[in-house]
Amino acid sequence: MGKRVGMEVAIAAAEAVALCNIDVAAVYPITPQSHIAEHMADIIHDGRIDAEFITVESEHSAISALAGASAAGARAYTATSSQGLMLMHEILPIVSAMRLPICMANANRAVSGPLNIWNDHTDIMPQRDSGWICLFTENGQEAIDLSIMSFKIAEDPEVMLPCVVNIDGFQLTHMIEPLEFPSQAEVAKFLPPRKPFAQLHPDNPISMGCFAMPDTYTETVKAKEVALQGAKKVVIRVFSEWAKRFGRKYGVVETYRAKDAETLMLTMGSMGETAATAVDEMRKKGKKVGLVKLRLWRPFPVEEFKAAIAGCKTLVVMDRALSTGGAGGPVATDIKSILYGEKKKPRVLNVVAGLGGRDLTVGDFVNMFGLANKKKNEIFEFYGVRE
Amino acid sequence: MDPVQNFEIFAPKLIDRKEYFSPGHRACQGCGEVLALRHILKALGDDVVVANATGCMEIISSGYPQTAWEVPYVHVAFENAAAVGSGVEAALKALRRKGRIADRYVKTIAVAGDGGTCDIGLQALSGAMERGHDMIFFCLDNEAYMNTGIQRSSATPFMAATTTSPAGEAIPGQRTWKKNVPEIMVAHKVPYVATACPSYPIDLVNKVKKAAAVRGPAYIHVFSMCPTGWRCASEITIKMGRLAVETGVFPLYEVENGKYRLTMEVPEKLRPVKDYLTPQGRFRHLTPSNIERIQEQVHREWEILLNKVECMQPW
Repeated sequence: MGKRVGMEVAIAAAEAVALCNIDVAAVYPITPQSHIAEHMADIIHDGRIDAEFITVESEHSAISALAGASAAGARAYTATSSQGLMLMHEILPIVSAMRLPICMANANRAVSGPLNIWNDHTDIMPQRDSGWICLFTENGQEAIDLSIMSFKIAEDPEVMLPCVVNIDGFQLTHMIEPLEFPSQAEVAKFLPPRKPFAQLHPDNPISMGCFAMPDTYTETVKAKEVALQGAKKVVIRVFSEWAKRFGRKYGVVETYRAKDAETLMLTMGSMGETAATAVDEMRKKGKKVGLVKLRLWRPFPVEEFKAAIAGCKTLVVMDRALSTGGAGGPVATDIKSILYGEKKKPRVLNVVAGLGGRDLTVGDFVNMFGLANKKKNEIFEFYGVRE
Repeated sequence: MDPVQNFEIFAPKLIDRKEYFSPGHRACQGCGEVLALRHILKALGDDVVVANATGCMEIISSGYPQTAWEVPYVHVAFENAAAVGSGVEAALKALRRKGRIADRYVKTIAVAGDGGTCDIGLQALSGAMERGHDMIFFCLDNEAYMNTGIQRSSATPFMAATTTSPAGEAIPGQRTWKKNVPEIMVAHKVPYVATACPSYPIDLVNKVKKAAAVRGPAYIHVFSMCPTGWRCASEITIKMGRLAVETGVFPLYEVENGKYRLTMEVPEKLRPVKDYLTPQGRFRHLTPSNIERIQEQVHREWEILLNKVECMQPW
């Protein structure tokens, strides 16, 4: 096991990827991802790893270049945020349909307008239907571990899908934390070089990215859906292999003091730690509250989620994005759909909070738990908004 | 024209007999673009990977579960052929260095239409050329968005009627002159830039071979006749390409490290543009004074090109 070092999380994410024997990286700078891009450049320019570094002219070209690189058989990596992810949007479902296991870090940031560089999840949510495996991290260690695991998951022959690791912008990317790195030899054992199912090379000429007529398009959509749903068991398998090798345990859904809780709150990403502190304070006062943390957002771990909330009376879902003009935040909307057919289900309250870097303190989480006491709730409500 | 320097252009039998783009594809009768593609692939041989933009050539060649491509081929989207090519080139380089693919040189090419090059793909093209990827970019220019139904692009010539630049009572067709993308590529200091036309197949093949010999970026702008979009008879495709060249509407030249050279026989006097415009339905609304205006512009552009040939020194 490696030694503990103090390091900024964005830099640590790049260092983690440097352990993964990548072949091609293509990045375009955007706040708050830029430290990942800069550090990746340092690593490659210093010759610490043998990879091509493409300084693309846009995020659209970053993901496009990686589509080409991955199709040619390379292990390919990029990192982006907010507007950059929005610019990639067109290519994301093409990459997953072509079954290219590209891995990406997304430093979660609010989407314009107005322009705002701070943290929320409004950038990743419009990408949720694009067929990517989508993971969330709560701290720097998770950013390291999941960055490495993402390649293993994405490249699994049963999966062959792209994977995005969400690292909350600033609130995580710019924190300096005590972190532990596995050694290069350990990672090499865990993650051998990519063995592509098919690749662009004259030794075996193939055509990739062919168009589909109405008689085959639906089948391709279903094939992607089956593959993405099937990815869950591989995610779980890779998590358990990681736990065996490196001692840190991960779950697709994780809980905190949830066993006998009457009220549960669901969070994703870095807010989980603040919410956990709120749970501790409320537990001290005898309140039966707990926390559910969704680590795997796509594919949605339905069974694990249902098991995690079994027995609770009220579920407060905190969304850090809004489906404008719709039925609330995207996470709560999914959860309500999943629970609709259940005989025994909790009351679901949806709070949209922490947008565009609006800070949420322990007290704010206590207040959000308090919404469970209201007799009547809206379909969703904003928390902490000035009227 | 120097007959010694151009000796090889008189040897058509040197062209590869092998077909790399199979028959049975869905291109229109008389398609100049697919003819260009066939010659380009013959010039490149087996060791090539093609990144293709969405467009006519993609749609006629790669309807699942069939493909016309005998060489490795990838299509991702419309505007990103150059970016996809960048990634392919980088990957081939890295994987060869790391011993994960055969240790031999494989050329990457990107192919796009005029929309995928001059309009929506211009940024990706500029980025790829500026970064110096070892890649040939081919613009197969049929002067409009033919795949979507003949809409104007920035490569559509002045006054041509398209479905979005119709010959109306108030506005008689395309209002702008054709964007000169080869010049933009020269401004990027791309080591080899050329114009070509499948009506001159040996010239085209030679230019592709020259571009392939460059270990860096190269750009070839191929004038690709389109009877469907130009509203002309499909059996006069080859003739239309020759007329475009002979009238000076689309001169054939190459720019090696900044040095311009005409690769066509320089006539004492260019043919009148009227000969090129008249057979095409897209120019049928032109008045004699319209034609005169186009003629003046073609002469002016031709003089500018001759000046460059005479004056520009290699970098």
